[in-house]
Amino acid sequence: MQSLTNRKKVLEQKPMTLMERIYFPAIIKGLTITLRHFFKKIPTIKYPEQIRPYSKNFRGQHSLKRDEEGRERCTACGLCALSCPAEAITMTAAERSPAEKDLYREEKYAAVYEINMLRCIFCGLCEEACPKEAIYLDGPHVTADYLRKDFIYGKDKLVEPKFDIRNLNA
Amino acid sequence: MAEENKFTVSIDGISVSVDPGTTILNAARQIGGDIVPPAMCYYSKLEGSGGKCRTCLVKVSKGSEKDPRPMPKLVASCRTTVMDGMEVQNITSPEVVEARKAVVEMLLINHPLDCPVCDQAGECKLQDLGYEHGSAKTRYEFERRTFERIDIGDKIQLHMNRCILCYRCVFTADQITDKRVHGVIGRGDHAEISTYIQGVVDNDFSGNVIDVCPVGALTDKTFRFKSRVWFTKPVQAHCACEKCSGKVTLWYKGEEVIRVTARKDEFGEVESFICNTCRFERKATSDWTIEQPTAINPASVIGANHYEQFQPPAVISEDEKLQTANRAQLLRTEKLK
Repeated sequence: MQSLTNRKKVLEQKPMTLMERIYFPAIIKGLTITLRHFFKKIPTIKYPEQIRPYSKNFRGQHSLKRDEEGRERCTACGLCALSCPAEAITMTAAERSPAEKDLYREEKYAAVYEINMLRCIFCGLCEEACPKEAIYLDGPHVTADYLRKDFIYGKDKLVEPKFDIRNLNA
Repeated sequence: MAEENKFTVSIDGISVSVDPGTTILNAARQIGGDIVPPAMCYYSKLEGSGGKCRTCLVKVSKGSEKDPRPMPKLVASCRTTVMDGMEVQNITSPEVVEARKAVVEMLLINHPLDCPVCDQAGECKLQDLGYEHGSAKTRYEFERRTFERIDIGDKIQLHMNRCILCYRCVFTADQITDKRVHGVIGRGDHAEISTYIQGVVDNDFSGNVIDVCPVGALTDKTFRFKSRVWFTKPVQAHCACEKCSGKVTLWYKGEEVIRVTARKDEFGEVESFICNTCRFERKATSDWTIEQPTAINPASVIGANHYEQFQPPAVISEDEKLQTANRAQLLRTEKLK
């Protein structure tokens, strides 16, 4: 096939010199590099135990917010799913019954709200599209898992826990 | 028709010859495009509609050939008939644009901002109008008027909060249905759509009030909160219905028909009214003969995420030289398609 560019270089293998044939200088050189690293500061950070300072605009796992009375803010308007470039969000809406007034803020709520974390690219467009300030990408990293189905996060994982003042000191 | 029986009018500098007695709005619709004034209350299929919402205001800068004085105020184009040699300004007049902005603000005074909840969102005329002409903030500081939801029959729901009192549904009830069971009661700020003791509208064509409503005041209860408009795919279909024309638009979500509406033209008006059996009961694909997907305006939110062209066009299709150079790669891509 004709080459696409003219930057291709053909390398020729030359016979080894005497220093290369002795073999030991190269071994020593390599080992010094390895040994030098024993005395250096280890730059690795052991993530879950040790957390680096994050940037303020870091986007992690989504959370569905509650309002000041503890009701879910999401009204299943579908704008997050519409704006999602990866099409990771799906939802099913339901109508709030009078008995559920202290659970949901608006007369419509998301009965099912799922985000496929394998599809999500954490662009934050859902956060921007939300007219109810209900979704924020303010959580930690989405953790690894073994099965694909475990990456579809439902409301059990996404809705933030209810604020309880008794839990503050615990 | 002889030429002398036609009136020539110019709208935003584009001239068109129309029959005498045509309104400015209809003359503009014959031209089409951006210069068509928006209309919230006028409905060409409903006799006597129009003149209520004032969104179609235009400026007449020259009354006619014989009397070239301009009209003193902006006029409602849906109610003003054309004169020979009339010159009309719509989007070219800053006065009209300003007035329209004020009208939108006025319409939105009592309109709740519950678009995230409303089923009409995405195909709502008031939403489009507010987006195009309105300002982002309201200056209204008082409580909006609120009403309880009313069920008109078991299939139609009236949200009086959202109503802009365009009277379209009243005209529909008057003209399409045989007996009047639904009207406006009260005056001014207290005016509201009501059915008089909430009597059930059991006419076969009562469901059409849902289609004519420009906002989400009258909605389909069978579609309530089922899906958002932009997650559904509209498809043209027809059936042999003995009561109506049977020409409808089916709104699919996946394999399921979740809503049936009448077909709408480019001005959002119903082409032919459909009966309640077609609208509420025939919700299986087997009931219908599918024709084709409904053409959607590419700017509309309904078209979002619907991909019509699956394969992006090949970048190198025009360049003969590059094609020959990359033949092997091209063949591989073709094989994978």
